[in-house]
Amino acid sequence: MAEAILEVRDLVKHFPLTQGIVVKKQIGAVKAVDGISFDLYRGETLGIVGESGCGKSTVAKLLMNLERATSGQVLYKGEDITRLSGRALKAVRRNIQMVFQDPYTSLNPRMTVGDIIGEPFEIHPEVAPKGDRRKKVQELLDVVGLNPEYINRYPHQFSGGQRQRIGIARGLALNPEIIICDEPVSALDVSVQAQVINLMGRLQKEFDLSYMFIAHDLSIVRHISDRVGVMYLGKMVEIGDDEQIYEHPTHPYTQALLSAVPVPDPESREHRERIILTGDVPSPANPPSGCRFRTRCWKAQDKCATEAPLLAVPERFKGVDSPAAHESACHFAEEKDVVGAA
Amino acid sequence: MDTLLDVRDLHVEFRTRDGVAKAVNGVNYSVNAGETLAVLGESGSGKSVTAQAIMGILDSPPGHITQGKIFFQGADLLSLHREARRQVRGAKMAMIFQDALSALNPVLSVGDQLGEMYVVHRGMSRKDARARAVELMDRVRIPAAKERVGDYPHQFSGGMRQRIMIAMAMALEPDLIIADEPTTALDVTVQAQVMELLAELQREMRMGLILITHDLGVVADVADRIAVMYAGRIVETAPVHEIYKAPAHPYTKGLLESIPRLDLKGKELYAIKGLPPSLINIPPGCAFNPRCPMAQEVCRTDVPPLYKVSQTRASACHFWKECLGD
Repeated sequence: MAEAILEVRDLVKHFPLTQGIVVKKQIGAVKAVDGISFDLYRGETLGIVGESGCGKSTVAKLLMNLERATSGQVLYKGEDITRLSGRALKAVRRNIQMVFQDPYTSLNPRMTVGDIIGEPFEIHPEVAPKGDRRKKVQELLDVVGLNPEYINRYPHQFSGGQRQRIGIARGLALNPEIIICDEPVSALDVSVQAQVINLMGRLQKEFDLSYMFIAHDLSIVRHISDRVGVMYLGKMVEIGDDEQIYEHPTHPYTQALLSAVPVPDPESREHRERIILTGDVPSPANPPSGCRFRTRCWKAQDKCATEAPLLAVPERFKGVDSPAAHESACHFAEEKDVVGAA
Repeated sequence: MDTLLDVRDLHVEFRTRDGVAKAVNGVNYSVNAGETLAVLGESGSGKSVTAQAIMGILDSPPGHITQGKIFFQGADLLSLHREARRQVRGAKMAMIFQDALSALNPVLSVGDQLGEMYVVHRGMSRKDARARAVELMDRVRIPAAKERVGDYPHQFSGGMRQRIMIAMAMALEPDLIIADEPTTALDVTVQAQVMELLAELQREMRMGLILITHDLGVVADVADRIAVMYAGRIVETAPVHEIYKAPAHPYTKGLLESIPRLDLKGKELYAIKGLPPSLINIPPGCAFNPRCPMAQEVCRTDVPPLYKVSQTRASACHFWKECLGD
């Protein structure tokens, strides 16, 4: 297996819920991320999918240490990022950068494009000496397919797709090894999404980047990812390579998610089986006991309420040479034929 | 089949400080009873503005309908008096909006908002209206409807709020429903629930449905016919099965090809180059010509009419034959 560049171990983030103004008392916690572990390998793209509120964006922030983890570790080349602060943290962040979802709010409207992309150099002056910065910024604009002459323009003079390119250029400025992309194309029009996805693919090859690609669009995630992790209510429920997850899912939530995605092919609508889940995602402040998916699962039994299933290769698939033999957190993991996202 | 709605040569413009934005430039479409027409387009294509013009809820000013007719059950809506128009809206045609949280009134309970339909249009008493509201909530499968009828919109989840929107639209059993991106704000598993509910109610009540969306997947799932819009015009209309197999307009073709597919894994996706045009400054000739891989001299000068491709299909491309051919 390739070298793991980022190792996440039992990562937990609870946001406290407090009551009272003068005397604050903790009355509970929103369990946004509740013990997840995975590795990110050098040069790969790991896709993370899940519905809103499953904790995928919190994971992204924890990896950057933008949020302090409640417990658990994020090891970057063996060093635990969650314990770092000050200068040491800055040094690590140089190698882990982020591209945000909304290109309208993640760029400062009062700064020129040159200042936005050049700002990382203010924090890490060792990357580009002062005299070189303007040239470096223009190179970056060129790399992401924008005219280098636009350096003095402001964000509002650009379209959504162009703004996302600016965000990507800023992420690339410090030559990072890892880029965490939190829904980078979901705010863009369909015809522009493909342009940005292609750009990201090209940059990955050119700069040998590792991507963590968080999105809710399953077909885009499949297109760009080597491996895919599925999250539900603060837990990773299934993880594997793209074929294992999309063609041979064994967790009922993954199966329901895949079957719910509308497929852009009218021929398929007669002969595909739809799993329509009942109800909504429960509140992460008060998740169900045992398996968190059991309240919406059609396979749930008594065991699911008492015993939380672990993310591991299910017993029945152990040692079996089948794409179904991958990590899945379900007591009753089995294959089910669902029409995957094309 | 009986034609329910017939939009003819509709033009809408917005007079803004920066100039006149031509949002809708000659749209023609019709919907039959029981039929689902999907209007597909990106932001700024004029799909929502057309719907607002049909419903009569266009912001005016700055919006103005400058030309065209809208026939609904034979009557020309645009020549109706305001009061007569109000009788149609809600009772005969209703709309479902994208963002239920901002479309619902936050300071009225959902029961009051649902009941209001009956009080205003049917002159029912508040008590009877309340009972009908509970029935409606049951019908869109909101659990414990009786207990929740007094709850406020913020106390419901996104999927439940969208169900309330649907219930409100269905309340007076209209003949036509316009759903403007009804599931865009929802998660996929909830989207599947809501679309299924909408389709089921439509079948039961034999309503016409105009589904406005940008999601090619949703269209393929539910639509009978599809109208693709670009820069305020319809560029292609066809039965849904045919358009996915063989698009007759380069824009439709580009959209379909830019969807990630299994056999393209790891390769570059097809991307339509450039950006949608500004509505204040639409390119002369075919609006799509600066982005079109097939554009010729004629496309830069002559606006293509909606050519008849077959009995049921039309395309606004000078080279639709070539587009179909390869």
